[in-house]
Amino acid sequence: MSNPTTLAGLTLPNPVLVASGCGGTGRELTPYLGEDGLAGLGGFVTRSISLDPRPGARQPRVVETPSGLLHAEGANPGLEPFLATELPWLVRSGTRVIVSITGRTLGEHAELARLLGRAPGLSAIEVGVSGEPFHAASLVAAVVRDLPRGLPVLAKLRPDLLRVVETARAVLEAGAAAVVLADAQAAALPDGRPAGLSGPAIRPVALRCVTEVCAALPDAQVVGAGGITTAADARSFLDAGAVAVQLGTALLHDPTTAARIAAELT
Amino acid sequence: MTLHVTGEVLDTKRTGAYRHLTLVAPGVAERFRPGNFVAITLADSARLARRSYWIHQVRPVGGYGPALQLVVEPVGGGGSWLAGLPVGSKLELTGPLGRPFALPKEPVSCLLVGEDHSAAPLFPLAERLRERGCAVTLLVAGRDEAHLLSALEARRSARAVTVVTADGSVGQRGRVADVIAETLGRARAEVVYAAGRHDTLHAVAAAAEDHGAWSQTAVELPQPCATGLCHGCALPVVGEDGVARTVRACTEGPVVRGDRVRWGELA
Ligand SMILES: Cc1cc2nc3c(=O)[nH]c(=O)nc-3n(C[C@H](O)[C@H](O)[C@H](O)COP(=O)(O)OP(=O)(O)OC[C@H]3O[C@@H](n4cnc5c(N)ncnc54)[C@H](O)[C@@H]3O)c2cc1C
Ligand code: FES
Repeated sequence: MSNPTTLAGLTLPNPVLVASGCGGTGRELTPYLGEDGLAGLGGFVTRSISLDPRPGARQPRVVETPSGLLHAEGANPGLEPFLATELPWLVRSGTRVIVSITGRTLGEHAELARLLGRAPGLSAIEVGVSGEPFHAASLVAAVVRDLPRGLPVLAKLRPDLLRVVETARAVLEAGAAAVVLADAQAAALPDGRPAGLSGPAIRPVALRCVTEVCAALPDAQVVGAGGITTAADARSFLDAGAVAVQLGTALLHDPTTAARIAAELT
Repeated sequence: MTLHVTGEVLDTKRTGAYRHLTLVAPGVAERFRPGNFVAITLADSARLARRSYWIHQVRPVGGYGPALQLVVEPVGGGGSWLAGLPVGSKLELTGPLGRPFALPKEPVSCLLVGEDHSAAPLFPLAERLRERGCAVTLLVAGRDEAHLLSALEARRSARAVTVVTADGSVGQRGRVADVIAETLGRARAEVVYAAGRHDTLHAVAAAAEDHGAWSQTAVELPQPCATGLCHGCALPVVGEDGVARTVRACTEGPVVRGDRVRWGELA
């Protein structure tokens, strides 16, 4: 599986990353990855970690919809237990560990960045940004400011076609090393609770976001994400200008997808 | 060790309201322990969530080695599709998955409680327990006779069998909750194993606690991935330390100690 890619200054053995929230703690995916395990993939983005533990939404949390999965806000153990157990295991696995962070305020994001900046073995931080470009940029700036130099930040954007180029430009100017396009589409569970929609249903929207940003900002580093299920899907994002791709829902449907696509891309 | 393989339907037969499917799934059957399940990827690629099914039996099939048997209720998109597969069909499956039933170290008296299709994992469990010298009593429940899993087979693998159906079509009329305390007492069970609806499991766990017995409950929750990746199968429990938390039913379960589950939070 060697098809090295450079993303945000990191050298990845191939352009296939595990998307946030879709790889468990890393251990659960390992039996489906072949002998190199997680290290054989481009990198692993953790589920989103907050300062305090979050119990997650009530059932049902993940619901099937044609060609997609809806998910309500997920659970996470909070930063301290994460640093004590999940992170050391991921670092030992030899993969490039990208920790996704989530907070309710700018201050919480900055605090997460400060504490993670001291943790050994981390390759990058990913932060989900939504809303209008100015706020997205402030959030990214707050995270970047509290990180050691050289620890890159990936900004993951909601697929808002009207302002995706503007938002991408704003977060890159605020110090993001790359943008991830796109996050789950804002949606609702059948009972009306807010949820994110992911899976093949959103692939064309994500591809459009990648195409627009790569055309408008040719120097930007873009990671494509959204419903990628086959090597051909991955190629379409790479051909549109993405330097890497993230797999999410596909892993829930078939955990061997990551290893297969990584192998087929070489 | 869990495998993701392409399986093949070797046999399919109707039994009451269910379909019994016999599948060859290389490597999966060899690793099976009672309480394990398999997750099946539906052929319709627009349906992304996976469906879990208990491994009912593992039996050698001439020319194929050990094969898996599943009991499938033909309901919903997943169940209807799976139950309708003809012999020779190929399907993608992952298994064996989940934490199996823990077996006692001593030959103790055990009560096994199963309801509807969820009784499936108890039959191989009964065999293992008997091999260890445990006295096995079975309580098999169903909505009606058609949804009662193989009472005949039950009689072969247990010392005593109680059958209850909600409509009284066979055995006693009633539900598990109505007869569990009495059955537990009669069996002098020290360990209770149960699989069924959440309210049934709750009743079993409570009765076990009253009797000073251990209970192990197999909790069925929707499992979108079944492999521990999505955290979608949250099971509310109380940890060893007394702290309330959630675990993943697919990896930290589906078999958990009945006294550890916060049943009130499972709708
Ligand atoms: C550990 C375990 C073992 C099981 N063993 C058996 C068995 O031996 N025999 C049997 O007939 N059934 C079994 N089930 C139930 C089975 O997985 C399906 O829920 C059932 O077949 C209905 O799904 P469906 O697609 O047919 O229904 P649908 O009504 O089409 O499902 C609709 C939606 O509900 C979700 N859903 C609802 N309940 C479940 C569930 N329990 N698991 C996963 N997704 C769910 C599905 O993701 C789907 O998106 C088991 C479930 C679990 C968790
Ligand atoms: S079903 Fe996905 S973690 Fe259990």
